[in-house]
Amino acid sequence: METFIHAYSWVDIHFLLQGLWVTIYVSLISIILSFVLGLIFGLLRYMKIKYVSAIVGFVIDIIRNLPLLLIIFFTYFGLPELGIVTNQTAASIIALVIFEGAMLAEIVRSGISSIDPGQMEGARSNGMTFGQAMYHVVMPQALHNMIPALLSQFVSLVKDTSLATIIVLPELLYHAQIIYSQNTTYIIPMYVIIAVMYFIVCFCLSMFASYLQKRFKMD
Amino acid sequence: MWSILTNNWSSFLTGFWNTILCSVIALIFSLILGIFFAMLEVAPPKFVRIIAHIYIEVFRNIPLLVIVMIFYLIVPRFFFKLSGFQSGTIGLTLYTSAFIAETVRSGINSIGEGQMEGARSNGMTYIQAMRYVILPQAMKIVIPPLGNQFVNLIKNSSVLAFVAGFDLMYQAQLIAFASFQTIDTYIVVGLFYLVLTLPLSYYLRHLEKKLAN
Repeated sequence: METFIHAYSWVDIHFLLQGLWVTIYVSLISIILSFVLGLIFGLLRYMKIKYVSAIVGFVIDIIRNLPLLLIIFFTYFGLPELGIVTNQTAASIIALVIFEGAMLAEIVRSGISSIDPGQMEGARSNGMTFGQAMYHVVMPQALHNMIPALLSQFVSLVKDTSLATIIVLPELLYHAQIIYSQNTTYIIPMYVIIAVMYFIVCFCLSMFASYLQKRFKMD
Repeated sequence: MWSILTNNWSSFLTGFWNTILCSVIALIFSLILGIFFAMLEVAPPKFVRIIAHIYIEVFRNIPLLVIVMIFYLIVPRFFFKLSGFQSGTIGLTLYTSAFIAETVRSGINSIGEGQMEGARSNGMTYIQAMRYVILPQAMKIVIPPLGNQFVNLIKNSSVLAFVAGFDLMYQAQLIAFASFQTIDTYIVVGLFYLVLTLPLSYYLRHLEKKLAN
């Protein structure tokens, strides 16, 4: 018990909170960017444009079936070989956006496909352009269906930021490792508290997902 | 690029084998655990349901890496010895079992209540009804999402690289840093992973379409 009290001194907690902040902002930026990317590529894949959709679909399938860790390595150790210099933050955001963007694109595609084609036809025959019909009629319904899948993908994105410790992104897990490598008796308290911190962040997101689902329950 | 593959053939094969081994072991045990907790979550006593719910939420909301690290660093220090491979596989099993439990539970919930009532009124106990009537139907529904969990499991097994589990990713790092041909190594390793995951996910998509019709 004594070690717990010592381990949770203000200095350590403050240091961990700094790590948590990095985790949160890397997650937030990645969530926003990967959602935009996912929307664009999901739509492209749905629209069945000759060649484009097939190529986009193939690339998405490839990325979805690779481990995120491999993509993180690739962006951090591989990109500099191609002449693109990245730091840890940029490399981990790029990797997360590529990977989660592909995952989200698949969710978006299946969300749009789940909407009855009659909706699109009806909107088009009422004189809307494809873009208008998509934006005003199909997308709102599709997004509603996607909420649970999207949010659980965001939760896994937050958890996946912990993988970036391997390229020394100063996030929560890495900061905890710094603390317990200085005093190894702190190892249990550190893992307890970071587990709690991750749990709080992810659980709030999960709760938010189920709230949204109830809030927007149709009929 | 091919020189990377031919020069390090045996390391790649070891890694490939360990990745498969770890994924299969974790799949079997997480299926058992997952179905067990899914059944607890729909069991009549409230107390049991709460325990199952806590288990599922805890393992779903903590990063896999943290769970694996706990088994790699803390458990061997205070309880019993675990190799990197073992701790990685245990962590992976617990993590995946929570997701499988959630999937199976939604499958069980999608079975009409009449099924349970019918089975019970025919004289089956609750457990018999679950075992012979509800679960077989539920499992049929959840096969595609379970398959997706297996794909995720294979990808997630790359965390073994953190704990010296000698999986594909670990070998990849060793080879990449020894040969300085990082991009080529990662492409080769990516191909190894795709050999495992891509056919599986295409088959699952096919299966999903077939079951939908």
